[in-house]
Amino acid sequence: MTFAEKILAKYGGEKKVVPGQILTVKPDHLLMHDNAAPIISKIQPELKEYGIFSRALPVIVLDHVIPAAAEKNAVQHKQIREFVKKYKIKHFFDVGNGVCHQIIIEKGLALPGTVVLGSDSHTCSYGAIGAFSSGIDRTEAAALLLTGETWLKVPLSIKITLKGQLQRMVTAKDVILSIIGDVSASGADYCSVEFHGNVHRFSVEERFTIANMGVEMGAKNAVFPVDDETVNYLKSIGIIKSKYTSINPDDDATYDRELTYNLTMIGPVIAVPHSVDKVKPIKDVEGIEIQQCLLGTCTNGRLSDFQIAAKILKGKMVHPNVRLLILPASRKIYLDALKEGFIKTFIEAGGTVLPPGCGPCLGAHQGVLAPGERCLSTSNRNFKGRMGCNEAEIYLASPATVAISAVHGRITDPRKEVRK
Amino acid sequence: MTVWKYGENINTDMLFPGKYTYTCSTAEEIKPHLLEDLDPLFAKNVKEGDLIFAGRNFGCGSSREQPVLGLKAVGIAAVVAGSFARIFYRSSINQGLLLIECPEVVKAYKQGDSVWLDVKRGTISIGSNTFSFPKLPKEILAIRDSGGLLPYTREKLRWKKKR
Repeated sequence: MTFAEKILAKYGGEKKVVPGQILTVKPDHLLMHDNAAPIISKIQPELKEYGIFSRALPVIVLDHVIPAAAEKNAVQHKQIREFVKKYKIKHFFDVGNGVCHQIIIEKGLALPGTVVLGSDSHTCSYGAIGAFSSGIDRTEAAALLLTGETWLKVPLSIKITLKGQLQRMVTAKDVILSIIGDVSASGADYCSVEFHGNVHRFSVEERFTIANMGVEMGAKNAVFPVDDETVNYLKSIGIIKSKYTSINPDDDATYDRELTYNLTMIGPVIAVPHSVDKVKPIKDVEGIEIQQCLLGTCTNGRLSDFQIAAKILKGKMVHPNVRLLILPASRKIYLDALKEGFIKTFIEAGGTVLPPGCGPCLGAHQGVLAPGERCLSTSNRNFKGRMGCNEAEIYLASPATVAISAVHGRITDPRKEVRK
Repeated sequence: MTVWKYGENINTDMLFPGKYTYTCSTAEEIKPHLLEDLDPLFAKNVKEGDLIFAGRNFGCGSSREQPVLGLKAVGIAAVVAGSFARIFYRSSINQGLLLIECPEVVKAYKQGDSVWLDVKRGTISIGSNTFSFPKLPKEILAIRDSGGLLPYTREKLRWKKKR
């Protein structure tokens, strides 16, 4: 059986399952963020009558519009804090802790072989450490809060084998953008995407970037096998091997499709407006002027992302026409980046550091664009209107590409920097 | 009855801009912004019983449920598309909005064609051509038949309490 079949069979209480089968499952955790406020508002009478299923099930992270941009956000945050207190919610992370997906991984709330559902589409990120995780809507989160269970259909699985080795200045972001460009925004609809092959060359941070964007090709979940890299990462956050039971796919599993990528052949790429699957080699868009650069988010706001960007920005100044925004994925990463001197480098280069959260990525505040402006971003979506203005353009790229482009004020190939 | 026809990969930001996600949650708040960045005429002119026809991957993007709540609230009879993104699909079951995955229908339709939807029979007719669409699996149909996931959950909780 595939990873998805094995884990859903386990959680559905079946020995064997086939794609299309519908199972009732009890997830280990339910993720909510600022949307916990509208979620609990839906079920006030039921909460009074039945209470919540378990105080250990929900994980609530305030990250989307933090610190509150308007009174309405502040009221929602307050409602959430009151709910957390009243129901003694075990896992609550207030403003400033970081983006929910980073927190789930960093705090060990998603473990290999566990199931996490969340009212956010990028919940698929936890496949980075071998969890089955997928997005649901607010109403389903409300029902889960009350009952602790939901239905899941066993998906078809796609096997993507990565071969070879990445060139310098080409990153995990270029890999996943290249894949999405090939398979299209709907190419993995309803499917479980498994990564195989030379995955040991990718750190957990890099796997996170790749799994995070699984939903941008329509995937239900995206997952990496549990290997030494995973075990060592979990050890580094205080979780020993006996605390989890990993599930890896069988060698004779049946896949709907199998794709192979030679990493050596992948170069820096850019997703151009207004769709994540409009992916072009960087040479096709080089020279396009940009006014804002966003470095960070749950896709690329980790230490290794900042390391590569800081290396490029060290001793340089951001182009006078460009605003460079830095968005660490969590407080822990922020502190580590401070220790390493990366944050100092960014500020000296003329960057502005935003509080760990979702920031400009969803267009609610902090770094909204004006009509006619272009933003080059390490985030995961370039939909029209995404950064708050439907007459602006968003281009997606790797941290290396964003950093070098911020200096030049135009989209620039990061490999040029290396040759100098 | 009007058929609103759109292309492929109609995402949640087009259906309901992200900048409103934390300020608009109720149907009345959502309605004026529906499809704002895709078709400014939609929110002004949509009527109960209208249909939406679209290409592949309708509803891709965020887990945002406002588009579904909004389309249900303005009385969209069904969204007919080549395919749907999965969170949007689940969300529509949860809200009791009818989705019909039928690329042939979308392909066959030309502006001005008469359209007839028969939910009970599971058919949709474009002019003189009739297409059948698959029914939902019985486990899921039960959710829609209860009027959506929250009424379904209420029934389940009441039943469990009685036992």
